[in-house]
Amino acid sequence: MIPAAFDYARAESAEEAISLIGQHGDESKFLAGGHSLLPLMKLRLAQPTVLIDIGRLTDLSYIREDGDVIAIGAMTRHMDVENSDLLAQHVPLLAHAASHVGDPQVRHRGTIGGSICHSDSASDLPATTLALGATYVAQGPNGTREIAAGDFYQGFLTTALAADELLTEIRVPKMNGAGWSFQKFNRRAQDWAIVGVAAWRRNGDSGIGLVNMGSVPILASGVSEALSSGASIEDAAAQAPEGCDPTADLNASIEYREHLARVLTRRALEEASSS
Amino acid sequence: MDVTITINGEEHTHDVEARTLLVHYVREHAGLTGTNIGCDTSSCGACSLHLNGEAVKSCTVLAAQADGQEITTIEGMADADGTLHPMQQAFMENHGLQCGYCTPGMVMAATSLLEENPNPTEQEVRIGLEGNLCRCTGYHNIVKSVLAAASA
Ligand SMILES: Cc1cc2nc3c(=O)[nH]c(=O)nc-3n(C[C@H](O)[C@H](O)[C@H](O)COP(=O)(O)OP(=O)(O)OC[C@H]3O[C@@H](n4cnc5c(N)ncnc54)[C@H](O)[C@@H]3O)c2cc1C
Ligand code: FES
Ligand code: FES
Repeated sequence: MIPAAFDYARAESAEEAISLIGQHGDESKFLAGGHSLLPLMKLRLAQPTVLIDIGRLTDLSYIREDGDVIAIGAMTRHMDVENSDLLAQHVPLLAHAASHVGDPQVRHRGTIGGSICHSDSASDLPATTLALGATYVAQGPNGTREIAAGDFYQGFLTTALAADELLTEIRVPKMNGAGWSFQKFNRRAQDWAIVGVAAWRRNGDSGIGLVNMGSVPILASGVSEALSSGASIEDAAAQAPEGCDPTADLNASIEYREHLARVLTRRALEEASSS
Repeated sequence: MDVTITINGEEHTHDVEARTLLVHYVREHAGLTGTNIGCDTSSCGACSLHLNGEAVKSCTVLAAQADGQEITTIEGMADADGTLHPMQQAFMENHGLQCGYCTPGMVMAATSLLEENPNPTEQEVRIGLEGNLCRCTGYHNIVKSVLAAASA
């Protein structure tokens, strides 16, 4: 399988990438690790006419401490997120979730920014950064802006980014010792989750992100509210499917996904409460 | 477009279409057919090779993305005098292959794994090779081979 023909341009800076995408318009796309875009292009489900390769923007590959936040460059690969000492210390949930993405070969190429911009609700990092209350930094022709993860995911594979905006940074609040858990349920190694749950809990606060429970990654705020008003883990987790809109596929019916969301949320909260 | 890639220490330049996949560059332009194509959908790992020292699935990388970079394929693993790489030797001694189709990808993924984790447990080898499928061996002897190479 070979993608449809396209023109290729390699950006040497974020500014150049933004200006190139501005020149080439709607039919052009950024290429980061290519591990979501190239499979779609090989299946001809995507046929951009110009690819702007941002793979050499190594200055967007970093993990830094910035006060109460860990700032992660959009071009940081899953493997580097997984192995980061800084994240292990301050945001262990994210490092752990990254270790569950695909397989080592995929993690050597795929980037956290690409995963978030592709915004597949079945992917692990959109729901995890949503649960953690992350903020995404976008750079466009007129400067930069910050977008809360809660406002970013707008529909199936659709985000708040404008076509000429580049995601540059993911800002994740430190977990400050919160208990956490990442539950990924799949049938085969290397697969996407049939349903997944990323959760943390600290005193009365919690954040629960659901993977593959609708067209967008979902923040299970009903579960957090129930917990903070004193509900048991079991009762709170029973609310996990509320507000979700999962689809049926060969792996799971809607009812089964709802069941998984309840069970995995319960397990996640139990683990997060004991750590 | 001209794409220059150093393959197994030797510089190659070919004029290819932008949509050329790295695996096709290696097999059809550089003529190195040791790297196999299995699924062509980034699932099986048969096409694994090292890009700047790390295993990647070359069916899901554009040759253009590897322009100016270094890759190693299975042809680059043995010494010039034919002495096998310890991982190849371990696969041979432990019957880590039957039909051999997955083997180049397994060897490349396994050497990359040991680079990152030189003394893996059996479980870590199994998880580390989750991106590589074998339809013959049942994996048991592959895992044995990798553990043998790690202690070689
Ligand atoms: C075999 C396989 C298994 C996988 N398994 C999993 C899994 O279990 N869990 C999981 O979460 N993911 C999985 N993935 C997906 C993987 O995580 C991808 O790497 C990731 O989703 C995309 O990152 P990328 O850098 O490769 O992006 P690309 O494919 O290069 O880009 C994806 C999209 O985002 C846009 N984009 C990329 N970067 C930016 C940016 N900085 N600013 C604006 N737009 C941008 C691109 O234009 C494109 O539309 C798997 C992939 C494969 C091939
Ligand atoms: S051919 Fe590349 S992963 Fe199967
Ligand atoms: S030895 Fe035949 S596919 Fe692995």
